[in-house]
Amino acid sequence: MTTLSIQLVNLFAAFLLMLAFAMLAQRRVLSLVNLYALQGLTVVAATTVVAHVTHQQHLYYSAGLTLALKVCFIPWILHRLIKRLNVRWDVETLINIPSTMLVGIVLVVFAFNLALPISKLSSSVVPGTLGIALACVLLSFMMMITRSKALPQVIGFLAMENALFFAATSATYGMPMVVELGIALDVLVGVFILGVFLFQISEQFESLDIHHLENLKED
Amino acid sequence: MTKVFSQFISIVTPILLAPMLLGWVNQVRAWLANRSGAGIFQPYRMLHKLFNKDSVMASTASPLFRFVPYLMFGCMLLANAIIPTLSTDLPLASAADAIALVGLFALARIFISLAAMDIGTAFGTMGARREMLVGFLAEPALLTVLFSASLIGQSTSLTTIVEAVAHKHFAIYPSLVFAGMAFILVFLAENSRVPVDNPATHLELTMIHEALILEYSGRHLALMEWTASLKLFAYSTLGIALFLPWGIAQKATPSSLLVALPSLALKLTLIGVVLAVVETFSAKLRIFRVPEFLATAFLLGVIGMLTHILLGT
Repeated sequence: MTTLSIQLVNLFAAFLLMLAFAMLAQRRVLSLVNLYALQGLTVVAATTVVAHVTHQQHLYYSAGLTLALKVCFIPWILHRLIKRLNVRWDVETLINIPSTMLVGIVLVVFAFNLALPISKLSSSVVPGTLGIALACVLLSFMMMITRSKALPQVIGFLAMENALFFAATSATYGMPMVVELGIALDVLVGVFILGVFLFQISEQFESLDIHHLENLKED
Repeated sequence: MTKVFSQFISIVTPILLAPMLLGWVNQVRAWLANRSGAGIFQPYRMLHKLFNKDSVMASTASPLFRFVPYLMFGCMLLANAIIPTLSTDLPLASAADAIALVGLFALARIFISLAAMDIGTAFGTMGARREMLVGFLAEPALLTVLFSASLIGQSTSLTTIVEAVAHKHFAIYPSLVFAGMAFILVFLAENSRVPVDNPATHLELTMIHEALILEYSGRHLALMEWTASLKLFAYSTLGIALFLPWGIAQKATPSSLLVALPSLALKLTLIGVVLAVVETFSAKLRIFRVPEFLATAFLLGVIGMLTHILLGT
């Protein structure tokens, strides 16, 4: 029974990594939001299984919080934002997706190597997932770096938070409830502030391309 | 004796069932497009018609052109013979492992490309180039998929992999999720299905497989069509063997075949439906996007191997 649950958590970790790559390769903003919601759902499922195996009551609460916030509320806000900014059909031109993916593989190898000695020290039931969580963090980082529009960068930031949450769950059975509530609130406020920012950027430059922000004055 | 019987069954089943699988996929595609469809036996009628027609050869054709359909058919038959479809008790399977299987597909690909270039028409040459492009990108992806599965079975022999997954205690392998996704992409590319090539059109500038067999007619074309359906069957059963091996018998006794045959039919039916749904819901890619498509497959395969090493299950 327990081995099956552990394998289930490993399976969800693998899904998370796959979704991180899917987000890295995605060109459409709308699909990106849907992938983000799916990623949140995977994290919720993994957290629930870990809570069930370790009988940690507070993990159920944090899973519920994640479900409400990252699967329902934030994607809803993002969908509204996309509608209001009228970037629904935006297709982004990226720097050559296959080479981005190949760099992604290198990042995964790096993260796995980095996590190997740490996960050996961990007393968690699922030590292997730490490497995957770290890889997801790095991939979200890379997504933020390679994107030129503001909205995908926000989604990259949120995906990174998801991965960090998963790392905390799998390596140390989650953070204390107070910290978790604080982070959830931070993410929520962050999304609101970034939403306002996006409005300002798009009103000022009539586009969400952040290259406009590189000059101090208009020439 | 039972070994020979089991090998015999695993050669005869693909020959007889492969056109039906193709017919089933076409039928489901027709249903999804709100057409009534030609029925699942249409490929057999097609083969019957073609075998009764005279074969016409171009005056510039070399002996290679005449010889290739038989070689292709032999390659795909051998490929089907070493994939455990109904039982894992195959005498031929010890002669060729998963890497040799990829080699067999490569051999068939090289000869069909040579035959297409042999006549010297523009379409044939174009098709051959595209086939080689798709092939050389799909092959490493297929190899990484097979390696992911080999890491679980600790062997590149397909029968050992099936034994390891199906007949030991049940376990969830995260690496197989990645390998499965990669396999679906390679499956679509190698069998000339919709995102990469459209099997239903003739005489378009985007075609790949149809351009290769454009110069064949009569019994040679029939063999080529049969080969294409055998290839689809081989890939389907390879997918079943790697990812859904439950139900494949260990020994080919009549009682175990009674379980193995319906389960194979059920899985092939499901694969046909999934394939038709994927094809209906996706649009054909531009040829320049194909490398991206197959690079994704390769990447998923590599990550599959990496997760196996990290998670160690």
